[in-house]
Amino acid sequence: MSEVPAQTAHWNRQDFPAAAREMLENSQTRKNVQHATNVIQAKRNKVTAEMPDWEDLREAGAQVRAHALRHLDYYLTQFEANCTRAGGHVHWASDAVEANRIILGLVQQHQAKEVIKIKTMTSEEIGLNAHLEANGVRPVETDLAELIIQLGKDRPSHFVVPALHMNRQQVRAMFQREMNLPDLGDRPEDLATAARTYLREKFLRVKVAISGGNFLIADSGGICITESEGNGRMCLTLPDVLISIVGIEKVIPSFRDLEVFLQTLPRSATGERMNPYNSTWCGVHPGDGPKEFHVVLLDNGRSPILADKEARQTLQCIRCAACLNACPVYHQTGGHAYESVYAGPIGAILTPQLHSMGEGRSLPYASSLCGACYQVCPVKINIPEVLIHLRGKVVREDQATFAGKFSLWNIGMQAAAFLFKDASRLAMAERIGQIGQKPLVSKNGFIEWLPLMLNGWTQTRDLKAMPAQSFRDWWAKEKAPQANSSQRNEMGHDG
Amino acid sequence: MADSSNHRAAILGSIRRSLGASESLSAIAQEYAAIARTYTRSSMSSAIAVVELFEDRLREYDAGVYHSSAGSVADAIAEVLTARSKKSLVIPAGLPADWLSKDFAFGEADAFDAYRLDKAEGLLCGCTVAIAETGTIVLQNAPGQGPRILSLVPDYHLCVVFADQIVATVPEAFDRLKATSDLPTTFISGPSATADIEMTRIKGVHGPRFLDVLVVEEAKA
Repeated sequence: MSEVPAQTAHWNRQDFPAAAREMLENSQTRKNVQHATNVIQAKRNKVTAEMPDWEDLREAGAQVRAHALRHLDYYLTQFEANCTRAGGHVHWASDAVEANRIILGLVQQHQAKEVIKIKTMTSEEIGLNAHLEANGVRPVETDLAELIIQLGKDRPSHFVVPALHMNRQQVRAMFQREMNLPDLGDRPEDLATAARTYLREKFLRVKVAISGGNFLIADSGGICITESEGNGRMCLTLPDVLISIVGIEKVIPSFRDLEVFLQTLPRSATGERMNPYNSTWCGVHPGDGPKEFHVVLLDNGRSPILADKEARQTLQCIRCAACLNACPVYHQTGGHAYESVYAGPIGAILTPQLHSMGEGRSLPYASSLCGACYQVCPVKINIPEVLIHLRGKVVREDQATFAGKFSLWNIGMQAAAFLFKDASRLAMAERIGQIGQKPLVSKNGFIEWLPLMLNGWTQTRDLKAMPAQSFRDWWAKEKAPQANSSQRNEMGHDG
Repeated sequence: MADSSNHRAAILGSIRRSLGASESLSAIAQEYAAIARTYTRSSMSSAIAVVELFEDRLREYDAGVYHSSAGSVADAIAEVLTARSKKSLVIPAGLPADWLSKDFAFGEADAFDAYRLDKAEGLLCGCTVAIAETGTIVLQNAPGQGPRILSLVPDYHLCVVFADQIVATVPEAFDRLKATSDLPTTFISGPSATADIEMTRIKGVHGPRFLDVLVVEEAKA
């Protein structure tokens, strides 16, 4: 295995609590995020409710994806053989460095100074645009939202609608500036028309395109891409050369399996019965589409995830982003707080695993474990289960280090574990607490401030003071056998 | 590409180490066949109800819906084109000649030059199958449908769909598509659209902004 440090899916500036605090202070972004997620979620609920077989489709989708992952080596090599037979070229990239090297090499081989791109999270993950730019190639994003992000030098905050944190006035201001259109209106139609004109010239002229892929189809060697605007179709069919970079986990066994995912993906992602455009193709087809077609299969930290049986389901993801829209944490923070290409609940479990738990370790805690993400997931990834599993991993890894073992947090938790192991210890702790809390309880009967790491709890909430009599004491007094009653009575009046 | 083959071996090796011993092909096939597919395959609806549902879905996408009988496709097309003020359309090779009224210019786009198509008034073509439940038309590179660029670059698209080409569900469509799954295939559901700005659906960003569908009420000859 290559030990080359990969360029990251994780932006790695700060951990989730710090980044989230920053985001929470931006009320415009919060408003935009909440509006967009509410709209998509309402549409999603409506179009999934009209499907009497929705749960059957989820189950089939989960089983197909789990099966493909269990036999990933088989299906990848089958895809490779069929894609090659159809005239495509298959490349393998262990990490971001290799993927970037392959793609830049292909672009340079065709002397292209400019490439057009379909929105692809894998290309964000490997930092492809920066790599191309550093080597004198200009990448042009053609998805409207990605174009907004690119022109605004911003970062995507959602992987279906990456610019949902911006409203029309913000988009207009940027288009006016970047496209030199001072009189541009702010109706969504005006903005879409501006993008259409800006990009059409590039679609007709640019010779190399780069895409991702929603599904790799093993039995036909084909690729499927789902989209709305038609910018995808433009990139897939007009240029002479097409390069698709796709994560190795995206393979499905058969073309027929699309009958499941083309029902569950659009309904989950955008709340539509079907998205406007889906494309499938195999290799090259004379007289139709690119003359040269390359697929780059990207590992970049995925294959080791397969070894963790509990967390492997993370790779079943079909990137619909329904979990983001359903998540109360994402609603408040938006995507940037996750400091990762992959935001929201799925990002919270995918990002740390892609980095062997080295980065994004705070992300498994970025959840209230309410379970909404699991409920909406079209391939039934049990995200709360994986979150808890990963939290356990973080703790065990921390405990294995010297600093972690003797950290206040670990000592506190170990102490708590010790207390909870035995009822008499807990009873004693309760009594100590009843006495110890006295200086902290304010007049209204609440604790408004706790010392040390407990302070995290009281920063945003007040804590009700411990009652003078615990349930345990009450039980002993009221229900315990008469023989012990006098002794327990005394204790009951202690505090 | 010695480098790439190293990466291939590394990735497959890592996958195999993670997954443990691989199983026989027949075991994999058996496991795949055992996947629970209890979802709806086909609809009990009548053929008429299926066509009606298809048309409703198309209207929801803001596509135009027109009707014709099998004997008068050319007249119906002429009517639609007059209503849309179109005088000439691009057509793919293999389009039935009896669809073409001589009052309009139909040019077979043999060279498929993108710049020329960009100037074209629109495209007329048939389809492989259509899906009622989702309002979807499936085009493949076949006679009467042509390469993908045709239904992409012109701003206007008129598609002729025969009643017996319309199935109710997505799985039924895949039953019909499986024999030709290696052809370039495009699923079209309404005109091009985006919802990237404040989740407002806007028609037409890059694909055709106008889609008309002519439903022919009898089976395709």
